[in-house]
Amino acid sequence: MSTNKDFFRGLRAGFPIGAGYFSVSLSFGILAVSYGFTWWQAVVISLVTVTSAGQFAGIQTMLTPGQYFPLLLSQVTINLRYSMMSVSLSQKADAAFGRLLRWLLGFFITDEIFAVAAGEAVVKPRFFAGLTVLPWIGWVLGTLSGSLLGSILPAMLMDALSVALYGMFIAIVVPVAKQEKPVLLAVGIAAVCSCLCSWLPGLKELPGGISVSICAILAAGVAAAIFPVKEDMP
Amino acid sequence: MTYYWICLAIMAGTTYLLRAVPFALVRKKIQNTFIRSFLYYIPYAVLTAMTVPAIFYAVDAPLAAAAGFVVALILAFLKQGLTVVALAACSTVYLTSLIFTCF
Repeated sequence: MSTNKDFFRGLRAGFPIGAGYFSVSLSFGILAVSYGFTWWQAVVISLVTVTSAGQFAGIQTMLTPGQYFPLLLSQVTINLRYSMMSVSLSQKADAAFGRLLRWLLGFFITDEIFAVAAGEAVVKPRFFAGLTVLPWIGWVLGTLSGSLLGSILPAMLMDALSVALYGMFIAIVVPVAKQEKPVLLAVGIAAVCSCLCSWLPGLKELPGGISVSICAILAAGVAAAIFPVKEDMP
Repeated sequence: MTYYWICLAIMAGTTYLLRAVPFALVRKKIQNTFIRSFLYYIPYAVLTAMTVPAIFYAVDAPLAAAAGFVVALILAFLKQGLTVVALAACSTVYLTSLIFTCF
């Protein structure tokens, strides 16, 4: 059974994500305004998109007029990972997760929300709903603050804040890689592949989103072939 | 202005559909072990590919970024939470960049 207790447990679990999102979206807001977007344009993008890498790439593409196709292509490749997470999450969703709830709450599948939800044995809709609240608020408020404060904060501070996103990724990956050798293998392959894709001539001309997807599929594929997960695992 | 709204629709629309469609349509338990294993490893692989080597180019001084990267790795290895790791990485980058500007 899904109860209100699950909602509040989710709410609490979402707090660190919300705080982290605040700092990341602060740099998004600052950057968007420095590109010439108004504060509300930046806020609306965050409100309806809720994705880090996609938004950063998106506003950069939007600087040039007429970029509909490149924008679509970059959004699909950068965000393709969500589909994989989404399928993964569908396997853990509680029976109470009906079709309408899936269409509604699917909106909130971000890297970090997914990572926390994946830690549950069974994902209950109320837990998931609670989990999404503070990250969404943090993401929007951070964008608002960044776009209003952007002109005040020094460039060096803004630069430093852009690392927050990666810090969160590291905090999700490292503890699991430390404990599970197969995950460490996947992480190692992904890291090497990603470096090759950005340094080797020929490969480095690939758009960032595409190389991320290729490396992730390669790394997860090799790990899955060598270390199939046990039946009771997600 | 129209350009902004169309781009917004493209960004929000593709992101939403990529997230919601598989979640809503895949209702059955996937039986294939390879696919199940692949789905288990994929998030870690994606996050890693997004972080390395991009983090080194996120900041003007690659050495400052490297310092932030190492601090984040150590804290994450010690199982610190998302916020602690993220803020420590930012502070390290900021302080290191500050030191570099003194020389």
